[in-house]
Amino acid sequence: MPIDKRAANAAEALADVLDGATVFISGFGGAGFPNFLIRALRDRGPKDLTLVVNSATHRYSHTHELIEAGLVRKVVCTAARGHSKEPSAFERLWIDGKIELECVPQGTFTERIRAGGAGIPAFYTPVGFGTELAEGKEVRRFQDREYVLEHAMKGDLALVRADTADRYGNLSFRYAQMNFGPVMAAAANLTIAEVRTVLDESMPHERVQLPGVYVDRVVAVTT
Amino acid sequence: MTTHPLNRLQIAWRAAQDITDGVLVNLGLGMPLFVADYLRPEVDVFIQSENGVIGVGALAPPDRADTDLVDAGSRRITVRPGAAFVDSSWSFAMIRGGHIDVAILGAFEVAANGDLANWDMRLPNKGPLVGGAMDLAACARSVWIIMEHVTRQGAPRLLDTCALPLTAVRCVKRVYTDLAIIDITPAGMVVREMLGDLSEEELRARTGAPLTFAPDCRPLVAPAIALPD
Repeated sequence: MPIDKRAANAAEALADVLDGATVFISGFGGAGFPNFLIRALRDRGPKDLTLVVNSATHRYSHTHELIEAGLVRKVVCTAARGHSKEPSAFERLWIDGKIELECVPQGTFTERIRAGGAGIPAFYTPVGFGTELAEGKEVRRFQDREYVLEHAMKGDLALVRADTADRYGNLSFRYAQMNFGPVMAAAANLTIAEVRTVLDESMPHERVQLPGVYVDRVVAVTT
Repeated sequence: MTTHPLNRLQIAWRAAQDITDGVLVNLGLGMPLFVADYLRPEVDVFIQSENGVIGVGALAPPDRADTDLVDAGSRRITVRPGAAFVDSSWSFAMIRGGHIDVAILGAFEVAANGDLANWDMRLPNKGPLVGGAMDLAACARSVWIIMEHVTRQGAPRLLDTCALPLTAVRCVKRVYTDLAIIDITPAGMVVREMLGDLSEEELRARTGAPLTFAPDCRPLVAPAIALPD
């Protein structure tokens, strides 16, 4: 059967997402947020999700809507601070002990996901040594420096944003849109990409930044 | 030229004068971003932003702002000729691998052994935000700090040991403040430059760790730069 990863819409693409899923969400600094897929996931409403996302509170991302809807049990992120003096929705739940938080240095965050998709169960990094984010973790000395053991992360679902896709799932990104998309796509069992446009033809190979072998479904969204 | 304490932009200007030709620089959020405005015209450098931009340029004018062309602080930017984009895993491999020559970061506290605290002020009711701070502090080849010498309450930020949670251990090479430029050396804090009308005793009184003064310690000077309203 000819490969065709195009889904009709975000709801159809997310139809088989289950409760308890670990969900990767791309995006950083305003670029690469899969906001249409996030809204569609909120509408589908699976419970007890673990979100793996750079920021739990970014003002341009709709991630907070999943949290406000009560769908999230745990967040693994690098940033969980709200933008105003009043606690954000996430911060209120966290202060009340109703949501679990794992705060990870950003390079360790992305490398743990990369490792998950690259067959590496754990790795040593110099980052975090001597800080409270490395408390309780194994430390080992190589040459003249201490390193912290960090474990790979895998996901059930990755939601990523790209600019252009083709029927084979090949993706290309605009400017800083790429960020966590490629590693998240590789480390998840099911990867769904929302894009500005899906080409009818196959993408010229030199434009492919993430091969379609890592992408299961693509959805064209407006802007 | 002034002998008053430097304002924030003058501290950024002073740090910018020490950026040498051809280096790869990462600028932390806040005050460090202004360093880009004061680079000497003869130096040609690339500024890396940890979201995967290599070659950050000026802020985008409103009519050219693009939501996909941003830096790690969500600012809409332009890029310089020769710029490139990579994904986060490559961006942080670049940082961890020691390819960033200079990271200029803000700080709450710096210790005499180079320990840095710049990510968690223990604010009540606020979630943590570490971002790329630990990666940059632990792995840039040189970590320079720009900060006010004392807190708003007048307490020293340069200390024997940090009281706030650490970002990385023994990482800071140099600190630029409104009063002085201080190198962190195996022998502790060494003052390289200080305001001309400040005495050594006055600087010691504002510093929470022992200071030695370099034999060639020079006056700290900067051109007049007005803070925006």
